[in-house]
Amino acid sequence: MNPVSLAALRPADHGKLVREIVTPEGIPLKFTLARAGDRAGAFVIDTLAQILVIVAISWGLSLATGGASSWLTAVIVVLAFLLANFYFAFFEVRWQGATPGKRRIGIRVIDARGGQLETSAVLARNLIRELEVWTPLRFLLASDLMWPDAPGWARLLAGGWAFVFLFMPVFNKDRLRIGDMIAGTRVVMQPKVVLVPDLAEEAIVVPFGAPAGTKPTATHTFSDAQLGIYGIYELQVLEGVLRTNPGDASHVEAVRTVSEKVRQKIRYDGQVVNDEQFLREFYAAQRAHLEQKLLFGQRREDKFSK
Amino acid sequence: MAADKIAAPRQMRSVEFRKEREATWQALEALIATADKDGLRTLGAEQLARLPHLYRATLSSLSVARSISLDRALTDYLENLVGRAYFVVYGTRQHLRRQLAEFFLWKLPRAIRAAKWHILVSAIVTIAAAIAAFQLTWSDMDYYYAFAGDMAQGRTPASSTAELREGLYHTESGSGMLATFAASLFSHNARIGILAFATGFVAGLPTLFLLFYNGLVLGAFAALFHARGLGVDLWAWILPHGVTELAAVVLCGAAGFQLAHALVFPGARTRMDSLREHGRSAAVIVLGAVCMLFVAGMIEGIFRQTVTSIPIRFTVAGATTAWWIYYFGFVGRGRDRREAAERAATSLRPHLPGSAPELLPQMSGPMEVSR
Repeated sequence: MNPVSLAALRPADHGKLVREIVTPEGIPLKFTLARAGDRAGAFVIDTLAQILVIVAISWGLSLATGGASSWLTAVIVVLAFLLANFYFAFFEVRWQGATPGKRRIGIRVIDARGGQLETSAVLARNLIRELEVWTPLRFLLASDLMWPDAPGWARLLAGGWAFVFLFMPVFNKDRLRIGDMIAGTRVVMQPKVVLVPDLAEEAIVVPFGAPAGTKPTATHTFSDAQLGIYGIYELQVLEGVLRTNPGDASHVEAVRTVSEKVRQKIRYDGQVVNDEQFLREFYAAQRAHLEQKLLFGQRREDKFSK
Repeated sequence: MAADKIAAPRQMRSVEFRKEREATWQALEALIATADKDGLRTLGAEQLARLPHLYRATLSSLSVARSISLDRALTDYLENLVGRAYFVVYGTRQHLRRQLAEFFLWKLPRAIRAAKWHILVSAIVTIAAAIAAFQLTWSDMDYYYAFAGDMAQGRTPASSTAELREGLYHTESGSGMLATFAASLFSHNARIGILAFATGFVAGLPTLFLLFYNGLVLGAFAALFHARGLGVDLWAWILPHGVTELAAVVLCGAAGFQLAHALVFPGARTRMDSLREHGRSAAVIVLGAVCMLFVAGMIEGIFRQTVTSIPIRFTVAGATTAWWIYYFGFVGRGRDRREAAERAATSLRPHLPGSAPELLPQMSGPMEVSR
């Protein structure tokens, strides 16, 4: 699982892909459904892994036994069958809904109602793959082998079938493949999010070159009226700006633009030496202000509310 | 605080809150990372005991953070951490060996008993097709080509009786060839079985077709050999593995019908709920059937090609029949009854979503943050 930046998570989070599960403790947890591209990526990785394993084992065995024997063929045939049909089920049972590919991408299978991921559910969702993926693919890629000189309508039908089954997740709001429908499972994004330093805490720093022991102070101050303009939405957009690609030229540019806009909007008339410093302090002050209000039960969603 | 100017955000509650609890979160994160990477078993007893405490403390942090903190990075982090921990804490932690034992000693026979009507339908379709094909082929051998064309492997009405007999008693010398034969039989049959289950999703029509076709081949075969006076020899050839194989195919068909039934006639529940329940139990049946096909492949590929004595062949056929009847009919019955009694007893208690928290100790009173 790669740590994924906040910015990558945000657009999906705002969308219609968030599902809630209420824990037995009574607290709702939010999960974001995996995107089709992520799932396809995980599938490709897993398929490549299967091919790699089968090739490696065949090669190893034929080296060990010295040449091709029929026993070897038997073992490989059974192994190929088991891999094709039980590779996913095996890992999803052992790794709590993840496979090597899913883990790499940062997605996992969960029970739609938040219960234990039962072995039978894992089996159900993966046994369907034969119908969903392999049969249509075999038909599309090797229809000449399966049914020589098939009439045009048969090919069309097979194509339609493959299309419906392969792209099922795109057609429903829960992004379910048929296996997920039958098993009652969902695939959700679960990347590893790292805890980054708090911007509000970093905002107030000891000025450069000040004598040792100087208490850190804010160089910019804001009045209640100035802090009453923006809401939570704007605060978190600002957080996003401050956290995106720090040290980059695009970051500096974004910070300068936003800083100008903010100063205009709140009619800030003090002197600003450093845009970054100004925005960080504004962020800290704004957050303190909004959180204070939150304690009194006033939740200001964005600049348009109240 | 209601002053005109807010001097220092130092007193922010969310900042203090984070400082106070951060150590707990990081301890949980470390445990989860280990469990995710190497499995729960690598955690020591002491770590395992801490896990639920850390999880609950972090869960309560999340709900506090949602109400007091506007730091998006913080709430996202906690949301993610609790989500990952949730599946570790509530996930299944049964040993694979115990899971397997439970599967074969209870879940599989129970699922099969629960599907008895679907199995009956599936069996009737197969048998009806076999009888129809038998009758037609008996009256006109040309039907044989229509029914069993692909599967004949050189055994057709054009073959002489001697050739047909030779086919039934043919033994291979090299055991390696047999293994290859058995393996490809198994993977071919298992793929067909899985497909019969999966196509239940298309209202079960392909399932019906697959079962019917399977019956036709059997009926046509039987008619050809009976017509040449090789009836007993044929059944001695088919039944040792055929009992297991046919039963497995019938079971896969039943699983497909279960799926179709859940989809087309969901009853009082939503289609999704109905699919979810029957899909899972059907999948259990299919896994059982795949195991049966493996056994059948071994018998067919190895036993049948080496043993030609008719009494022994029939003995094996009888023994497998008796075994499957015993296994599906009686294994795990006691546990079924116990579960039913338990369910009746607990049905009055309030029910929480999710699963039984095996690992979580019962806690009373407010949670303390463990540090």
